[in-house]
Amino acid sequence: MASLDDLKKRIASVKSTQKITKAMKMVAAAKLRRAQESAEKGRPYSEKMNNVILNLSNGISDKENAPKLLSGTGQEKTHLCVVMTSDRGLCGGFNSNIIKKAKSYFSKILDEGKELKIITVGSKGNDQLKRVYGDKIIENISFKESKNANYFDADKVGKMVIEKFEVGEFDICTIFYNQFKNVITQIPQAQQIIPLNNEDEESSSEESYEFEPDEDEILSNLLPKNISTQIFKAMLENSASEQGSRMSAMDNATRNAGEMVDKLTIEYNRSRQAAITKELIEIISGAESL
Amino acid sequence: MSEEFKVEIVNPEKSFLVKDDVSEVVVPAFEGEMGILKDHISIISFLKPGIIKILSKSGDENYYVEDGIVEFKNNNLSILTSTIFNLADMDKSKQQDLLKEAEAEANKTDINDQSKYLADQKVEVLKTLN
Repeated sequence: MASLDDLKKRIASVKSTQKITKAMKMVAAAKLRRAQESAEKGRPYSEKMNNVILNLSNGISDKENAPKLLSGTGQEKTHLCVVMTSDRGLCGGFNSNIIKKAKSYFSKILDEGKELKIITVGSKGNDQLKRVYGDKIIENISFKESKNANYFDADKVGKMVIEKFEVGEFDICTIFYNQFKNVITQIPQAQQIIPLNNEDEESSSEESYEFEPDEDEILSNLLPKNISTQIFKAMLENSASEQGSRMSAMDNATRNAGEMVDKLTIEYNRSRQAAITKELIEIISGAESL
Repeated sequence: MSEEFKVEIVNPEKSFLVKDDVSEVVVPAFEGEMGILKDHISIISFLKPGIIKILSKSGDENYYVEDGIVEFKNNNLSILTSTIFNLADMDKSKQQDLLKEAEAEANKTDINDQSKYLADQKVEVLKTLN
């Protein structure tokens, strides 16, 4: 059995861990509010962008010659997956959920005999994927320096993806991220961004637009922007999810530490009591034998 | 009958500006400046670097944009842009910074014609501000 001193030390160490997790929870809660706000504020832009593109692709006259970003290359051979994770750990199942989703997609693609290329955004995803898919990872990006998700970072990723598309490095691009639902629920998402997948959306208007310059030129300008916008949206959702996930993970950790302290305290009191009783018995039996 | 319509400017981070008492908006469309009044036909166009002028009862406002898309439909004007500054908030040093950046970009040799054209436009617009 552990001695009284050992128990005392353990209680103290669990208590200080509890203090840390509590502080982390507070920080995550504060950051979550900001991240959630910016995720909500960012929504109008991506929605409007989607709308415009939808209207445009409806109005396009020559479907055969539509830009490749919209219609695809006509092949489905090489898949590019952009896996977006966080740069920091201690956020519960946040990263492993994305990785799990991505891995099941990867094995599906590889089973079909297609080629796979991976870009990881965020160092945690890279750490977890490089063991199994190390040879498939073509690029690893991390935005450790930037405090909040910002558009320029997203634009960098977007431009890189488009560059690779234009030189024919892949046919289909999918991004993986966590969609923020609420603090306890984040849903890992796989979203195809090239070619653009608009099938599930109903066309909202039959109204005809005037285009200046013509549709094709607008589309070819707009589609690359849309890629960046979608990636930015994913980044915003991700950062809100990360903070939410961290907050609930740290909340759990704090509670578990509390339970542990209670259990250890009881054990400590018991053994203290036992030691006292033992001493008393020794004194009494010593006095009786006299 | 009122001659006003609604304008909304959004950038990726947030909804930048919403105004519903606007009488005219002049945007630097790709093929030249375009003034938009109430009951304009539905239109989609994109922007080149320039100045957006918003004329309304509560006062005129000017914004500097570098790129973007305009969509006008049912008397709702939406402007999507990634880079926008209110000219009233922009001081000389900020203008100089932007100008330097644009000039550096325009002097690059490894960019294509369109990027070059856009960078030249930026320089031109920023110079007229000073």
